Amino acid sequence: MEFTLSKQHQLQQQLYRSFAQAEIKPLARDMDEAEEYSPQLLQKMQQAGFFGIPYSTVYGGAGADNLSYVLCMEEVSKVDGSTGITISVHTSLCCHCLNEFGSEEQKQKHLRPLVNGSKFGCFSLTEPGAGSDVAAGQTTAVLDGDDYVLNGSKVFTTNSGFADVFVAFAVTDREKGARGMSAFIVEKGMPGLSVSANIPRMGIRAASNCVVTYDGVRVPKENLLSREGDGFKIAMKALDAGRIGIAAQAVGLAQGALDEAVKYVKERKQFGKPISAFQNTQFKIAEMQTQVDAARLLTYRAAAAKDAGQPYGSHAAMAKLFASDVACQVTRGAVQLFGGYGYAREYPVERMMRDAKITEIYEGTSEVMKMVIAGAMKVK
Amino acid sequence: MKIAVCIKQVPDTTEVRLDPKTNTLIRDGVPSIINPDDKAALEAALRIKDGAGASVTAICMGPPQADVALREALAMGCDNAILLSAREFGGSDTYATATILAAALKKGDYDLIIAGRQAIDGDTAQVGPQVAERLGIPQISYAEEIRAEADGVVVKRQYEDCYHLIEAKFPCLVTVLAEAVQPRHMTVRGTVEAYAADIPVLGFEDLKDGLNPDWIGLKGSPTNVVKSFAKQLKGQGIRLAGLSEDEAVNTIVQKLDELCII
Repeated sequence: MEFTLSKQHQLQQQLYRSFAQAEIKPLARDMDEAEEYSPQLLQKMQQAGFFGIPYSTVYGGAGADNLSYVLCMEEVSKVDGSTGITISVHTSLCCHCLNEFGSEEQKQKHLRPLVNGSKFGCFSLTEPGAGSDVAAGQTTAVLDGDDYVLNGSKVFTTNSGFADVFVAFAVTDREKGARGMSAFIVEKGMPGLSVSANIPRMGIRAASNCVVTYDGVRVPKENLLSREGDGFKIAMKALDAGRIGIAAQAVGLAQGALDEAVKYVKERKQFGKPISAFQNTQFKIAEMQTQVDAARLLTYRAAAAKDAGQPYGSHAAMAKLFASDVACQVTRGAVQLFGGYGYAREYPVERMMRDAKITEIYEGTSEVMKMVIAGAMKVK
Repeated sequence: MKIAVCIKQVPDTTEVRLDPKTNTLIRDGVPSIINPDDKAALEAALRIKDGAGASVTAICMGPPQADVALREALAMGCDNAILLSAREFGGSDTYATATILAAALKKGDYDLIIAGRQAIDGDTAQVGPQVAERLGIPQISYAEEIRAEADGVVVKRQYEDCYHLIEAKFPCLVTVLAEAVQPRHMTVRGTVEAYAADIPVLGFEDLKDGLNPDWIGLKGSPTNVVKSFAKQLKGQGIRLAGLSEDEAVNTIVQKLDELCII
């Protein structure tokens, strides 16, 4: 068993870290305040190859692996949770669907511009009445000649404000329940496709997250992913993969807040000495770092299993369940160590605390993670 | 155009710890980086590659683990990398290092050699100029910008209070400053390709035709380190503006007097 990163992964970590510190960190607070992502930053990340990390060079990807992608998610999320989810939804939800289930033609046409970063992708699954209960989706797709006609409304679609490619899920056969759902590649500009303004949120406020409406959108038959009825399976597989990214985002948020707290407790003086000299502070910091390391190891295990071609659904669920809880606890602990300044928006820890909460909710709530884990253990 | 960039792997600290007995660097536990001026040299070369087109080779002398610095250079966009590493090279001072680098560079027939001004561990700023001397080619140091022409370069050289624009024909050597350019990030794909690349290691046997064994390694190094210390920051200086000549002279004399210099 190997617990150190390979030389190549170390070099990639160095790239992600130096990029995050130099390019993302200075913008994070302003983007959060403005509730808007910087297009220039998207372009810089595209140039560095952040949008196709675990995908083959055959399609224009970086040709790295899932562990490298996790390292990226961790480093960017240390300084900005919004950047984490922007990369994650594009990479492990949208691109994953096309990479795993797309035909060669679909990969050449749609995956290539996504993994080289010239286009952005989103994943249009959640509906106002269908969150954890994915199969309750009301959006429909009806075959009419050579097109499917999509009607319905999706909510909380990350990246939808600037996405070029929407992987959209719709019911093609209501009778079949979950097996009656299909996945489609919907392209920006198709008549009837509309995206609302950003939904005001508590955290990850710089990320784009909108309501997407499909009003008679005609999607050519060749944009059906895999076969009719495969939609639920595609969504579940994508979410399995996505959870590794969210776990890494949670690890990054926790480590980022902890790093800020460690710096602060050495500088902040109360009762005549730095607060780091108090054993309560030392114990808190020790507990927090232990929690973060445990979350990181679970996350790396899930990524390594995926890279090794092993089943990883349960590993990913455990990583996300644990890491998201750690992210909430550690960011809250960091705010507490900062005291009043932690509550002030001048310091980044309050933003990290707000950003952390969503990791327990999106891409499968903690409760759904427990269903996945218990299911894998055959405890039913 | 063929460009070689000389890079050095250095400890990532401006506060270098020294072994008080041997006056050598304690490297244990200190992460290694590409020397900042050398990273600027890589950026300068890659900008020429982006513009006029060039093949860029990164060259580094060091222990086998210096290979990491070369992989980083490849991940930034260099085409080739060469590591100069041999037991015989160990303990080389700037003079011996320049001798070895020059022997390797001679084999490559480069039009332009770019080096960083100086390394943050030794701060000598000697190796670049010494390489040029060994190769018998023109050198321009302290470059902020390099413009490549068909048969040479035009360099904007930083001076205390002005810039010099200097032309040199190929082959020539330029040393550049970290503060002048922001080096690019690696790319993810670059890191993957960097680790797929084969980095040739040239040792003493490979270079011995152009190398006098008495001029390299510890025994070929005339430098005797008497004392090492962390450098102090130079003051900002005071700029006097809007004064007549007489006022300026009086102010300066008064300042010098205050400081007990005169």
